[in-house]
Amino acid sequence: MRSATTPMPGRHLVLRVGGVSVRASRRTVLWVWLLVLLVAVTAVIAVGLGKYHVAPMDVLSVLAGSNTSFDRVVVLQWRLPRMLMALLVGGALGLSGAIFQAVTGNALGSPEIVGVNFGAYTGALAVLATAGGGYYAVAGGAMIGGLVTAAVVYALSYRHGVAGYRLIVVGIAVGAVLNSVNQWIVIKLDHHTAVTAAVWQQGTLSGLTWLQVVPMTVCVALLISALVLLGPQLPVLQLGDDAAGALGLRPDRARAAYLVVGVGLVAAACAAAGPITFVALAAPQLARRLTGSPGVALVPAAVMGAVLLLVSDVIAQQLFRDNELPVGVVTVSLGGCYLIYLLVTQARKR
Amino acid sequence: MTDSRLGTEHLSLGYGDAAIVADLTVAVPDGRITVIVGPNACGKSTLLRGLARLLRPATGRVVLDGTDIASLHTKEVARRLGLLPQTSIAPEGITVADLVARGRFPHQKLLRQWSNDDEAAVAEAMRLTGVGDLAGRLVDELSGGQRQRVWVAMVLAQQTPLLLLDEPTTYLDIAHQVELLDLFAMLNRSHGHTVVCVLHDLNHASRYADELVVMKAGRIVGQGDPRTVVTAELIEEVYGLRCQIIDDPQTGTPLIVPRASPHLTAGR
Repeated sequence: MRSATTPMPGRHLVLRVGGVSVRASRRTVLWVWLLVLLVAVTAVIAVGLGKYHVAPMDVLSVLAGSNTSFDRVVVLQWRLPRMLMALLVGGALGLSGAIFQAVTGNALGSPEIVGVNFGAYTGALAVLATAGGGYYAVAGGAMIGGLVTAAVVYALSYRHGVAGYRLIVVGIAVGAVLNSVNQWIVIKLDHHTAVTAAVWQQGTLSGLTWLQVVPMTVCVALLISALVLLGPQLPVLQLGDDAAGALGLRPDRARAAYLVVGVGLVAAACAAAGPITFVALAAPQLARRLTGSPGVALVPAAVMGAVLLLVSDVIAQQLFRDNELPVGVVTVSLGGCYLIYLLVTQARKR
Repeated sequence: MTDSRLGTEHLSLGYGDAAIVADLTVAVPDGRITVIVGPNACGKSTLLRGLARLLRPATGRVVLDGTDIASLHTKEVARRLGLLPQTSIAPEGITVADLVARGRFPHQKLLRQWSNDDEAAVAEAMRLTGVGDLAGRLVDELSGGQRQRVWVAMVLAQQTPLLLLDEPTTYLDIAHQVELLDLFAMLNRSHGHTVVCVLHDLNHASRYADELVVMKAGRIVGQGDPRTVVTAELIEEVYGLRCQIIDDPQTGTPLIVPRASPHLTAGR
């Protein structure tokens, strides 16, 4: 056994830090780093853009603490919270998309398709309509709405286990119902709240400050810790229930645990920025094609989600200079194109 | 009686109300190849899934090393008992080495997810199944026979003394069927694996089984050495097929030859 040769020498890295060791393919590691680099460069440029322009070098000097001019206020107080929020929300959506797609075994099984987005938004609206606002209250409402929706969709599509396609069809139906419920709540709201809710319904990062960034960071950090604690179960779950069960996993229990975390991520993102679509759908698949990872992988999807939302937000801010778009409008437009591409390629494969 | 690590005691299994396996007691002999046969829907695959604790018993229990399997930790079971299921999903874009590596899951810990033992087990599993040269290939691109050997390699990477195989030769042509069965015989004879296999082909079953278990309607109707178990009467009783039993010219094991129908002989 000891003399056995390494399978595929050179294609994989074993990352060892202290007692921790993880195996990953070189190509995946390389692409994840390239994407992180892309995020960093885009972020520095994005923070400088706007009516008051800050050159990238000045942004860097502000971040390093050596620039104390007005640039400092613009970068740290006006624009950094929004940029960080784009990364956090994008990353959370990318992760939740990867979780949902892995659990349903289908590239279309992302939270916005199976209705969880709409459910989270229903919960958030209900809190907004009854209790007013506040990040934690709205996030809590979104979490409960998302979980209830996920549970209902799961229960309605359960028949000796849950088949991915049935979950998707049921999810689309439940999502359509919830969408009309959401419209109804918005109509019933008072004028001021209704306008806020309507903009928020598109998904927007406009006007976010450190007050919203901090709780979002806490939520995302907690949910990522939960994912780490679940360990390397997701790749095994993707082999099908029998194989996963034979490898020592309890598929139903693992699926439920991952769905709770996935819904939590969607809910946190929804509370912060509204039900932004397309990022959760596309990020895992784009990441998979780029990194060549087998099946859906979490880390590449998260980084890709951050890239997509950050770039979308830059487009939303810059496309019509004086008339900023909600970022959700940009992601929906990109998402429409992506969905058509996905349907065409999947249909061709059959 | 030979030793047995795995067996059932008055086991009943069923989906919902219908019992598919009823009050069944069987012991899997250690170090042997046990083959389970029977007509469609006789409960043979259900029994195998029950032995692998994929199904919860309605009544009775499955015993592994003297302990009720339901009381053992699932990962502990997976370190002793490997299963090749009838259907598995190879994730899109997965390579052979990556798929085989997933068989190491029951040995992995939360932090130490990849060790030298894992590396060695994966290499050994690919060597034994002859898929080492395919390590970097995509599983989607392989032929049916190659793909099935990759799945077997994944189960072997689990390094379990017990191997359960659910209709492993279905969908394979005759040459790949024999190749795979020879692989299981080699694993049993040279590496001491206890093999339990569900098969459809009675002639293959008779040739490879040390212990043949014949099932009908959720019960065992014949068990033992194929040479004594397989008779024309039993085959007619179980399958409703009239046949003649001759000796396999290669191995001396029973060879089942169905009687020719009068329609077939009439025109000659």
